[in-house]
Amino acid sequence: MPEIDAWLMLSGTIFTVGLVGVIIRRNMITVLMCIELMLNAVNINLVAFSHRLGSLEGQVFTIFIITVAAGEAAVGLAIIIQLYRLRSSINVDEARELNG
Amino acid sequence: MEQLTASMPLIVFVMIGTVAVASSILVVAMRNPVHSALFLLLTFLCVAVLFVMQKAEFVGAVQVLVYAGGIMVLFLFVVMLINVRHLPDERVLSNFWKGGFLVGLAVFALFVTMVRPGVYHDENPNKSKLSTVRDRVAINSTKNPGRLGHKRITRHNVNSEAVANALYTDYLVPFEVASLFLLVAMIGAIVIGKRELSAVEEETAPDYMLARVETEREIKEAMSA
Repeated sequence: MPEIDAWLMLSGTIFTVGLVGVIIRRNMITVLMCIELMLNAVNINLVAFSHRLGSLEGQVFTIFIITVAAGEAAVGLAIIIQLYRLRSSINVDEARELNG
Repeated sequence: MEQLTASMPLIVFVMIGTVAVASSILVVAMRNPVHSALFLLLTFLCVAVLFVMQKAEFVGAVQVLVYAGGIMVLFLFVVMLINVRHLPDERVLSNFWKGGFLVGLAVFALFVTMVRPGVYHDENPNKSKLSTVRDRVAINSTKNPGRLGHKRITRHNVNSEAVANALYTDYLVPFEVASLFLLVAMIGAIVIGKRELSAVEEETAPDYMLARVETEREIKEAMSA
């Protein structure tokens, strides 16, 4: 079984990829996918520590994170659809009406 | 042969981890959102395998059911609903993509400095709790017949039951809050995604929508005539 460092590095790599994707992509759907990637990386971390410490808390938290991710995806995609109906565009840079 | 069996988890970890990282990079790199979604599906499945490797079988199953089954279908639905080919979006990278790569490099360097080998070294692993349940079951007492007694039993390799025990006892309130959260998210998604054309919206609505409303009106008039 690989040491926990290997799991943490794997999760860190996936998290970094997701973070870079959130910043550099302009397509809103892809940005949402990258957020899911980051949440998944955090889940790997939690499960790795749960395995390391022999405690179930990490797995329970992972289940809650999956729940929240499902809700977030549903609401986020609804917002994207509504924005597309209003603007005929899902470009992140064009949805800037709320900036100060 | 014994050596191979001992190093099997490491081999699986390296293979699955490589596939997970590569497909997550491809999620970001693909131009077409459909391809991104399919690579995201591959990443989710790889992560599910990694969960199962770490004695988290129930979480792995939930990962496959909820992520690969539910969320991916939602994503693909929206990608198909929004016709991506007709979008006037030629540039893929946003205006601050250089800053994005810089932030990514900084965060990765932070991770590398924090996770030095041996920092969280595993001296005394105790993995018994992850898939073991201790129970008291009622049995017919042997000392005084006709009355109930108790026997303590221990079951192994029951990860789902252990997770359920934790979820329905220690984490009951968060569990109920999560159900409420899902209800609110569902109502919110329905309310936000609903389509109605008010007078104000009719001015800002795109042409295709007005055309569709016009066609519906014509069909209605033709039907009533």
